[in-house]
Amino acid sequence: MNLTLRVWRQAGPKAPGRMVEYKAADISPEASFLEMMDVVNETLTLRGDEPIAFDHDCREGICGMCSMMINGVAHGPNRGTATCQLHMRSFEDGALIYIEPWRVRAFPVVKDLCVDRSALDRIVAAGGFITAATGGAQDANSVLVSKADADLAMDAAACIGCGACAAACPNGSASLFTGAKISHLGQLPQGQPERYRRALAMVEQHDAEGFGGCTLHGECQLACPKEISIDTIARMHRDFLVGAATTREERSGSGVG
Amino acid sequence: MNRATRFWRSTVGKKIVMAVSGIIMIGFLILHAAGNLQIFESSAKLNTYSAFLHGPANELLWVVRIVLFVAVIAHIVSAYQLTMLDRAARPVPYAQKKLQAATIGSRTMRVGGVLLALFIVLHILHFTTLTLQPAPMAAGDVYGNAIASFRIWWVTAFYVIAMIALGLHLYHGAWSSARTLGFEQGHSDPFHRPVAVTLAVLIWAGFTIVPVAVFFHWIS
Repeated sequence: MNLTLRVWRQAGPKAPGRMVEYKAADISPEASFLEMMDVVNETLTLRGDEPIAFDHDCREGICGMCSMMINGVAHGPNRGTATCQLHMRSFEDGALIYIEPWRVRAFPVVKDLCVDRSALDRIVAAGGFITAATGGAQDANSVLVSKADADLAMDAAACIGCGACAAACPNGSASLFTGAKISHLGQLPQGQPERYRRALAMVEQHDAEGFGGCTLHGECQLACPKEISIDTIARMHRDFLVGAATTREERSGSGVG
Repeated sequence: MNRATRFWRSTVGKKIVMAVSGIIMIGFLILHAAGNLQIFESSAKLNTYSAFLHGPANELLWVVRIVLFVAVIAHIVSAYQLTMLDRAARPVPYAQKKLQAATIGSRTMRVGGVLLALFIVLHILHFTTLTLQPAPMAAGDVYGNAIASFRIWWVTAFYVIAMIALGLHLYHGAWSSARTLGFEQGHSDPFHRPVAVTLAVLIWAGFTIVPVAVFFHWIS
């Protein structure tokens, strides 16, 4: 296959960027999208040009590192897959392919297609944990969880934190990520003590990072490589609402020790 | 920080304000449409209803007006602030961007909202204060005023267009406000929205039928 690529090139965080055209020649239709990028980089390196920087790690759809906006769609045209799971057979021979980094203020470009997604880590650090000491692994049935709750929690926990939701969102909102992290713990008994405080703290951190607000376009759900439902956003709203109505500030020096 | 401030400062808090104020307005729209439809019964029926609202029910009418005014202002202020936050969240646009899920309803919320705000002002100046009189109008004669106004093609056209904007706004707003308040879809497809579609179609049809019926002389 022969393809024309238009790729965002940016030398560094402060450097100006632009779209640059490259030819990708003799690409196997069996190659993955990232392998196609490897081939292009190989030719660039041999030519003495700077190769295109892009994030990748496991290349099997579980790590959440790959992050490319391909022809205006996060992770490319296939549903429920990350960029690494996309193959060149999904494109026509001779196609023109636009490749851009995630464009969100909270994800500053590091170089070319690499963006800094530590904003997502800070959202998790704000509340995406439980405070109970877990100790060794308990007997599986010592804490009872209904099948329905376990399913919802597991579906939300499938989030790999790639940031495609915020990249695809017309408002640049990471609500699907935040909602998935909030509702994955909020659905389980172990997550109950901090449930509402968690929702408040994580939403506040989400906003502080400069993400936009959710208007329920639903773009995130179709962009998500794990097909996480926007129902998690509804659950986030509910926990936030209850939290805003009931949560008290912690007071120091009170209580009987 | 105090609880109300924290709530209002967050994008979710503003979104909840939009949802609650929107639902208040939907409630009003249902009453308003039901009131309008009395035009099909008789002129006396509609004018008696109007006289009732402005006579014995006057205090109640003012309570409703104040609640609606607060709801509209809250809706506009939060919409404006959220729009600015959303714009700031993506300073560099994509060279290529394809939308996959957004409906015509969700895409036209902002432009449709501005059109509806303009419509509300003109509509109040038209039928409530009688400041704008496309045709000679008289205080208290709601039926006569409606007939006189909607016989004019551009008045009817303006109302019909505004009601299309309203229908689209409700198609997205009635569905999304419920989800903003935390209701989950019992359905496997989270975009499934039978209640919102029914509400949007009924309210749109209830309002559109009056100017159209007058224009085509189905009512005389």
